[in-house]
Amino acid sequence: MSAQTFVACLECDLLHRKVCLPPDGEARCTRCGARLYKRTRPDANERALALTLAASILFVLANVFPILALEVQGVHSSTTLLAAVRSLWDEEARGVAALVFATTILVPAAELVGLIWVLAALRRGTRAWGAVPMLHFIESVKPWGMVEVFVLGVLVSLVKLAHIATVEAGVALFSFGALMALVAAAAAAFDADAAWLQLEASR
Amino acid sequence: MSAAPTAARLGLLACEVCRLVSRAPRPGEHAHCPRCDASLHARKPASLARTWAFLIAAVILYVPANTLPIMDTSSLFGTQRDTILSGVAFLWTSGSLVLAVLVFFASIMVPLAKMLALTVLATSVQMRAAWHPRTRTRLYRVIEFIGRWSMLDIYVVTILVALVQVNTFAAIHVGPGAAAFGAVVVLTMFAAASFDPRLIWDSLGERP
Repeated sequence: MSAQTFVACLECDLLHRKVCLPPDGEARCTRCGARLYKRTRPDANERALALTLAASILFVLANVFPILALEVQGVHSSTTLLAAVRSLWDEEARGVAALVFATTILVPAAELVGLIWVLAALRRGTRAWGAVPMLHFIESVKPWGMVEVFVLGVLVSLVKLAHIATVEAGVALFSFGALMALVAAAAAAFDADAAWLQLEASR
Repeated sequence: MSAAPTAARLGLLACEVCRLVSRAPRPGEHAHCPRCDASLHARKPASLARTWAFLIAAVILYVPANTLPIMDTSSLFGTQRDTILSGVAFLWTSGSLVLAVLVFFASIMVPLAKMLALTVLATSVQMRAAWHPRTRTRLYRVIEFIGRWSMLDIYVVTILVALVQVNTFAAIHVGPGAAAFGAVVVLTMFAAASFDPRLIWDSLGERP
């Protein structure tokens, strides 16, 4: 019995024999309806790599430029994400600062770097040093990357502040918006099954 | 009803990281995925105990998270303390109805629904309940997906504190409620990750 011909549902443990899906098809568990596996195009991970590279450029822009700028009676105030984290830290709200830093900077950055590392190696057909633990790591931190929630949070702040001052959206806000879309597109394109198979074959 | 062919009943272990199905080693031996080296378990270890522990901690912290102010605004007109709920009320009365509803859902409904749903799920597994396994699995899937959106208010506070400082017209400071609220979000995410939905289905096969 080849292990690759079977897949177990992670939500109800039912064992399924893998079948060949139509292009862009997706298999779901017959008992609980959970997603099992999908059929992606052969160039799925190339596209995932391209999208991840684009996302990492936006990630830099999103962190370098101010997110929002505020003006009240000639007094100007603006902040980048990192500066916002630092002001929380300086206010002794260390736990909250660490949480914001981890979910909006650290985890998204680690995910981008890790994915590029693994996908670039797979594209060259070589086995990158540390690719297996890296992919393992990416999968385990995924729930903690919250760029899309952060973007919504900035929009809510913008509306709140608009009542009391003149607010301007900064370059970083647009970058974060685009980053959010690219990260989602890269995640949708990424074929983890194919990556694992390829990593196994190159061992 | 004959027992469904699950990986566990067939002596197989599925890797939760790379999804490879492999043969379980003899009892007592620690299993590793032959492909990605992750630890293999038929079910998440101590799933119910961990879920309850995180859940109870989250419920306890939910009280200060909602009663303590998450931010203080001090201006010439005095100091105003805002809790999560008063923040929603502010959005509502100032005319941003859509955002008010959005923040109400993300900050108040989602954590509550998540804690309630996890309580129902953990209790039903503990009682070996057989009702609606598919619906309960779907419930689990939904709470795992929506949990992250509760972080919304933490990000709002972060931005407001950074922008509104002494040199503008008022100063916004973080309140103690923010740390409690952040802890509730993290703890409920840990609770959901500790719960193993496969346990919902395990009690079905035991029945004649």
